[in-house]
Amino acid sequence: MTLASMARKYEARRVPQGEKVATSAMIASLAAEGYDTVSAPFGHALVDLAKTDERVVGLSADLAKYTDLHVLATEMPERFYQMGMAEQVLISAAAGLAREGFIPFATTYAVFASRRAYDFIAMAVAEENLPVKIVCALPGLTTGYGPSHQATEDLAIFRGLPNMTLIDPCDATDIAQMVPVIAAHDGPVYSRLLRGKVPSVLTRYKPDYQFELGRAQMIREGGDVLVIASGIMTMRALDAAELLARDGVDVAVLHVPVIKPLDTATILAEAGKPGRLVVTAENHTVVGGLGEAVAGTLLRAGVTPTFRMIALPDEFLEAGALPTLHEMYGLTAAKVAQQIKGWL
Amino acid sequence: MGEVQGQGYIGQALGVADVLAAAYFHALTHDPKHPEWEGRDRFLLSIGHYAIALYAVLMEAGILPEDELETYGMDDSRMPMSGMASYTPGMEITGGSLGHGLGIAVGMAMGLQRKGNPAFVYNLMSDGELGEGSTWEAVMSAVQHRLGNLICLVDFNDQQADGKSTAALAQGDERGKWEAFGWHAQRVNGNDLDAVVAAFDAARAVTEAKPRVIIFDTTMCKGVPFLEAREITHFVRVEADEWSKALAVLEEGKPS
Ligand SMILES: Cc1ncc(C[n+]2csc(CCOP(=O)(O)OP(=O)(O)O)c2C)c(N)n1
Ligand SMILES: [Mg+2]
Repeated sequence: MTLASMARKYEARRVPQGEKVATSAMIASLAAEGYDTVSAPFGHALVDLAKTDERVVGLSADLAKYTDLHVLATEMPERFYQMGMAEQVLISAAAGLAREGFIPFATTYAVFASRRAYDFIAMAVAEENLPVKIVCALPGLTTGYGPSHQATEDLAIFRGLPNMTLIDPCDATDIAQMVPVIAAHDGPVYSRLLRGKVPSVLTRYKPDYQFELGRAQMIREGGDVLVIASGIMTMRALDAAELLARDGVDVAVLHVPVIKPLDTATILAEAGKPGRLVVTAENHTVVGGLGEAVAGTLLRAGVTPTFRMIALPDEFLEAGALPTLHEMYGLTAAKVAQQIKGWL
Repeated sequence: MGEVQGQGYIGQALGVADVLAAAYFHALTHDPKHPEWEGRDRFLLSIGHYAIALYAVLMEAGILPEDELETYGMDDSRMPMSGMASYTPGMEITGGSLGHGLGIAVGMAMGLQRKGNPAFVYNLMSDGELGEGSTWEAVMSAVQHRLGNLICLVDFNDQQADGKSTAALAQGDERGKWEAFGWHAQRVNGNDLDAVVAAFDAARAVTEAKPRVIIFDTTMCKGVPFLEAREITHFVRVEADEWSKALAVLEEGKPS
């Protein structure tokens, strides 16, 4: 249970007057961030791939519309399987298709893959090292629906699983480019997904940016602070870097779209440069995600800069409007900037 | 509530309203002043997204204050979009991860029997949840443990997130499935209040120690013809100027 709300369950609330903030709910679109957007990058990239590779099929557990897989379902219906709301057979069946030589892309929300279908992913998919690609919407804190839909620990869950490749994409470029790359990778993949109108972030800072498996990339250089970020937090870190630049703080951002296998060489090289505060930033609990993976990497190699983590607390998070929650849990650009300043 | 958010699960709420009305104002024993009273019949909302419907009923039943309905889905509200036990008086469980309610209901029914408490456990679930394996584990478990104090209510609106339930996993004889597992099963028109009330009575009157299910065929957006006629999806769109029109239609249709 969400302890903070539990304590106040029997306290009546005042009805606020004036402007009311709505829960930005399921259709959690991160569009209003000041970046250009691309519509359904995953669905369109998958259709492009399916046209060139007969083995590619798509499956969803009653969430095709909400994972952009409806693009495949509409354009190539013969390549799409509606599995109904049954996440366990979604994964088992994907494993079966993979055994018969297909490359299945299975979609649901991140919570339902990581929690309900975990055993099936572990044994039917990962232990057999099958090329099943599990692509999941609503990663971390990207909905105001409360813990039932907030996948705050998905990366921690899957990091413990041998053979898995884990992806936390930042934007439309990452998503569109990773689709053929993960299909070509002969093994299981779990990727977080941003859907709907997805911002284009990385190419604004690095026009020649290309997603690569197992590679972290410097998106912005800076001499005072190194932020090592993944997913939407790379976007927030880049925005925070702009804010901090106004205060004369020079922030570098290293984007780590692949959480496992981690690009330890780049991380050690960058974190080993003297004189920078090293901060990790992730849309995930502090437990077992990017931050702890980086911390372990640094410590094992004897690289010990001043190190801080920006991540979600080890709690079940509240329900409410998404912008309020990002503010509350420190994921906005302003909060990222403020935290970094406090550590300097 | 829906108007405040400009959205909400309005179609589901209108469809299931008759079932909830019969549950709270005919079938259930409860004490609005003491939502956690030990003698109450337990009512589990497995389908968290239907919370909007339950909030309205909890308000009518005197458990939630009417003015707070306006906070639905807002920051610091006691009425989040997806129902949670930790937020709302009268909400027994945290739903939303679908396919949980019936299993929890099995355990509560077992617990009540152990305590010698004669209360019933009701679990309200959806046709989408008929697809979850966990539902069928609970179905078998309830028979094994002879849970005559368990009544499962299924809102069969033939809708789920991607389309019709009868085009997905609910393609069989849904009532026959439950019967084959050993349940006392009924299937009735969930928008015919007399039939709904009679089904609740029949379910409670079964003397054998077996669990009971009522499958309610319901119509999304029931009672607002211009919404019923719309293309029905999991999220029914309602334009800003339509909320008051819908309310007016509902007001007109109220039995006097
Ligand atoms: C275990 C699980 N899988 C997927 C979802 C996402 N989801 C939310 S509602 C829904 C449709 C489920 O069917 P139903 O409850 O019958 O939908 P409705 O009648 O409200 O359209 C889905 C797939 C979920 N909440 N829980
Ligand atoms: Mg339904």
